[in-house]
Amino acid sequence: MKTVNQKGWFFVLPVLVLVAFNALIPMMTVVNYSVQETFGDNVFFWEGLGWFEQLLNSERFYAALGRQFMFTGIILAIEVPLGIIIALSMPRQGFWVPVCLVLMALPMLIPWNVVGAMWNIFTLPDIGLLGYLMNTTLGINYDMTQDPVAAWVTIVTMDVWHWTSLVVLLSYAGIVSIPDAYYQAAKIDGASNWAVFRYIQLPKMKTVLTIAILLRFMDSFNIYTEPFVLTGGGPGNSTTLLSIDLVKIALGQFDLGPAAAMSLIYFAITLLVSWVFYTVMTKDDAQ
Amino acid sequence: MTIELKDATKKVGQITHIKPTSLTLETGHFNVLLGETGAGKTSLIKMMAGLDPMASGQILMDGEDVTRLSTQKRRISLVHQFFVNYPHMTVFDNIASPLRVAGMAKSEIQGRVEEAADILQLRPMLKRRPQELSGGQQQRTALARAIAKESRAVFLDEPLANLDYKLREELREQLPELFAGRGAVVVYATSEPEEALLLGGRTALMSDGVVTQFGTTADIYRRPANLTAARVFSDPPINAANVVKAGDTMRMGTISWDVQGAATGLADGPYTVAVRPHHVSPVAMDGAVPITGEVQVTELSGSESSAHFQMEAASWVSLAHGVHPYEIGAAHEFWMDPTQCFYFAPDGQLVA
Repeated sequence: MKTVNQKGWFFVLPVLVLVAFNALIPMMTVVNYSVQETFGDNVFFWEGLGWFEQLLNSERFYAALGRQFMFTGIILAIEVPLGIIIALSMPRQGFWVPVCLVLMALPMLIPWNVVGAMWNIFTLPDIGLLGYLMNTTLGINYDMTQDPVAAWVTIVTMDVWHWTSLVVLLSYAGIVSIPDAYYQAAKIDGASNWAVFRYIQLPKMKTVLTIAILLRFMDSFNIYTEPFVLTGGGPGNSTTLLSIDLVKIALGQFDLGPAAAMSLIYFAITLLVSWVFYTVMTKDDAQ
Repeated sequence: MTIELKDATKKVGQITHIKPTSLTLETGHFNVLLGETGAGKTSLIKMMAGLDPMASGQILMDGEDVTRLSTQKRRISLVHQFFVNYPHMTVFDNIASPLRVAGMAKSEIQGRVEEAADILQLRPMLKRRPQELSGGQQQRTALARAIAKESRAVFLDEPLANLDYKLREELREQLPELFAGRGAVVVYATSEPEEALLLGGRTALMSDGVVTQFGTTADIYRRPANLTAARVFSDPPINAANVVKAGDTMRMGTISWDVQGAATGLADGPYTVAVRPHHVSPVAMDGAVPITGEVQVTELSGSESSAHFQMEAASWVSLAHGVHPYEIGAAHEFWMDPTQCFYFAPDGQLVA
């Protein structure tokens, strides 16, 4: 007869406790808020799925969601190809390798609110170096505090500056892990540089690139600090991304219920998109 | 089809990997590069393939100067010692890849891949990926890629080194047929003298980044131009010792024998004698020179037995058919055949 051994649970227990504290309990708190209404004083009223209904029928939510997808779409469309190009042009051995790697890593080491503040000051039309140059020397009307297009250009540029390095570093790791023999084999086959990229480097980079895109998607979709510091969601609502809107509702208006409902929908979208993307990208390997 | 090297050299940094080398390799037979690990075989191949730059000299293919031509344009194939196939492609796509790059028509690609697959018995594996294949099948895929492509030169860099014994024998037998009549210059690098003999054709002996001797394999085996060549082309290593000729007598320490054949014409003085292990027998022969040594290591393989023994002048090896009873540490008598001796001058060149 097989002995039932339940001791295994003891070994899993610490992890369960940890996950419960850092994920399950906070998450359940949000779920709890999302179905109730409160006016403070720790008094709650049952609301059911009312907040979800209200949210899914609100133009404000869809506008923020639309801006969010636009932002994420634009930065992915720029950062991924740009990151690959930079990674491909980086040296693969010698003195310049560590120099390039450190230079690449620098933007990522800067705290996010500092990044926002830096770009804010950098682009202000009166005192910022870039803003001043654009407006006076180049004569281009550029003011991200007034013009939505300028505000978008600024937050996108800032994100590209801040995070392209991540794509570069991951792609670079993928490229350097390719043994020389494959490059040689491709040369002997008579392959052009494009063919080498398409049939050797890209397939080899696929795994790390999937991770890079996933990370960039999740991070950019949840982005808050930098645009908050930079534009505060303005001018008007033009750069009010999802999380900025969320904080406005939760803290600005103290509407905990709708904010909680929004968090959950937000979370569900992030999860769904990531899952679909990951499944599609790894489908080939499973075969 | 020919490949011609003219004073070709290769340097990596300040270190010379290939010293000035001139060599003409032709089609119709195997061109074996024989040398120990580090002799420069791979360096020479990479240079001919255009993968590594030449420091000086010229390389011609069919009379056309290709020194500055990129690898892509040299129309060559290369099979490595380790198995190089594109991991994300099927066997079919792997074999087809150079043909696709060359822009060949689909139907022709299909035909050629299948032909190569049939020759190498890869037909049932065409849809699989390299990692689902055994080592032998992976290497056959790499060979099929080399065959399917119309190359001017095929470089095989110790292609059998990582295969197990049985597969190695099998593939080695197939190799000459595979490339016969294809018109490509076949260059085969190996560190095993036996392999060079089995493949026949011509052999270039390499040592320390230089081709020491080039000619038909049988000739080189029979007449190694210098002591290094004799050493490279012998497994177990050739036995060598210092001798002194005085009149009609060769003297090696306390052992001496009558000078025979071409050696009779040599001037008196110091030489190096070299004799292959299978010409040093544990069994008495007519006309053989008896030598005594202390047996240190023995190896029995069933069909052959070898014994390493220490004489006063040097440590030698005897290789003989059958199983011979040796006692480690005991003195044994061996018989050296004086008609099979090579004599080298002090500068290492063969004199008789």
